Amino acid sequence: MTGLQKLLNAAAALCGFYALVDGFTTLSPALLLAAGLVVVCGMRLSPALAAALPVVIRPQLDLVISLIAACAVLAALQDGMVGAVWGIAIAAWLHGWLAVEKTMADDADATGFNWVVSLGVPLFFGFWLLFFWEALTIGLGIPTVLLPPPSMIGARLVTSTAILMADFQQTFLKAVLAGYAIGCGSAFVVAILVDRSNFLRRGFLPIGNFISALPIIGVAPIMVMWFGFDWQSKAAVVVVMTFFPMMVNTLSGLSAASAMERDLLDTYAAGYWQTLFKLQLPAAMPFIFNALKINSTLALIGAIVAEFFGTPIVGIGFRISTEVGRMNLDMVWAEIAVAALAGSASYGALSLLERRITFWHPSYRTK
Amino acid sequence: MVIKADKLNLDFETNDGVVHALRDLDLEIGAGEFVSLIGPSGCGKTTFLRVIADLETPTGGSIAVNGQPPEQARLARAYGYVFQAPALLSWRTIARNISLPLEIMGLSSGEQQERVERMINLVGLDGFGGKFPWQLSGGMQQRASIARALAFDADLLLMDEPFGALDEIVRDHLNEQLLQLWKKTGKTICFVTHSIPEAVYLSTKIVVMSPRPGRITDVITSDLPDDRPLDIRETPKFLEIAQRVREGLREGHADD
Repeated sequence: MTGLQKLLNAAAALCGFYALVDGFTTLSPALLLAAGLVVVCGMRLSPALAAALPVVIRPQLDLVISLIAACAVLAALQDGMVGAVWGIAIAAWLHGWLAVEKTMADDADATGFNWVVSLGVPLFFGFWLLFFWEALTIGLGIPTVLLPPPSMIGARLVTSTAILMADFQQTFLKAVLAGYAIGCGSAFVVAILVDRSNFLRRGFLPIGNFISALPIIGVAPIMVMWFGFDWQSKAAVVVVMTFFPMMVNTLSGLSAASAMERDLLDTYAAGYWQTLFKLQLPAAMPFIFNALKINSTLALIGAIVAEFFGTPIVGIGFRISTEVGRMNLDMVWAEIAVAALAGSASYGALSLLERRITFWHPSYRTK
Repeated sequence: MVIKADKLNLDFETNDGVVHALRDLDLEIGAGEFVSLIGPSGCGKTTFLRVIADLETPTGGSIAVNGQPPEQARLARAYGYVFQAPALLSWRTIARNISLPLEIMGLSSGEQQERVERMINLVGLDGFGGKFPWQLSGGMQQRASIARALAFDADLLLMDEPFGALDEIVRDHLNEQLLQLWKKTGKTICFVTHSIPEAVYLSTKIVVMSPRPGRITDVITSDLPDDRPLDIRETPKFLEIAQRVREGLREGHADD
């Protein structure tokens, strides 16, 4: 074990020891078991034991202990967070850290893609974030209007699935996807036209710049006037928001090919379309994906905010604004969770696609 | 005559006034010759090559490539051009980079494949067709770019300091290979360089140029034998020609 790992191990054992001493008579059996395990684990600091029984320093052991302790703490939360429970919670977290630390150290020399490190570590990190959120909100008795615990939000996600699905369908599947496709698609086509003509470049760039500077809270009511209350007006807001980033990025991308590469195509007497498809567009892909990724989050924000300005009685934005008024903050958080999941999933999907298509770019190259 | 320049002039307008990139250039290059253009930077050697390739338009005089104006020659795909950098497209494999001109010229895919294989073999890149350019060394990349320029079988090869960025050893090796390629294919080669040994080693004719304004100061016909091992560079004949090139270069500078 490295110095940091020893330190983490010692700190965890101390926390467990404190919990045992402080709460020996009051703690539930599960908590006592957790504290006991943590203290016993402190014995791994002895080099003799580690040498005789190398299995005890495996990261899997830390993972199991941290999960057992975390579960024991979660189960005891309703009784309030006394000092001893805090000690076990912190010990659990320290063991989690220790497990990650050891896994990363083992992985440092490995090559290639490792699912445990690439996916497991972020998930584990998320778990601890939720754990302390839960522990702090319940343990400290924070009013749910200020910050509901994740378990309450999770319960809402399960019990109100039908409403959430309807909202997701209205806002994401209709407004966001349609607006995103129209906005990015038209900006792409316009960028290609603009790239070809200096006249259009002079005309379109200032207009695009102007539109992008329009405040969304000004545009949204106007779009409702133009396109009605339903999702079409939200899609229109998304089009306005996504158009400019896509156009500007595509334009930069189309001029990304070097002068030498253009000369090369000239020496082959290549036509406009051949140059476009064989040189300009492939070279533009990193720029285009940049815009697609920026727009994937912009579009979601645009559609949600646009629903604050008139909407049928369905949609993520509508639900957020009404449930806030009714003090149902758990529902608001559930909608936020749905939106965040949808946004992250589309961003992640675009990133994966980007890796596949622009594998040649210096930032993704593999020898 | 493959190339015939007559009183060729090219002036660039810049903020500091007119720059005479080429002044009254007269030059004839016959079929099958290996001609080097040598001179210090700013002498217009690359500009001259770009005029032949119709990448620059002259402002005076006349130039004919295969008896045609350069633009027609370019549209007829009369030449292959090798740039200072390999300029390989990084999203295409070596094989698909070599087939790029063939795709643009609309050859059938069977024909493309057959030619690409032949070219890869010709420049000694067997087994590297499926690699991407960034997986290859600089010398291999430049060989791929030569293969690409040769792939559509133009009779004229224009090379703009193709080995300038490579180290001495790789450069010697590629010079040797280029000579063999030239002998094997019988193409006309126009080769821009600023290395005297490279020019003398490769060429049948050396055109010495000097800057401000860009002009030809000497044209030296080399009588070195066709068969040139690398150690020919130590023979008195070689050194004599190299000396003449050096004098030509110095003469051009004496004007400043």
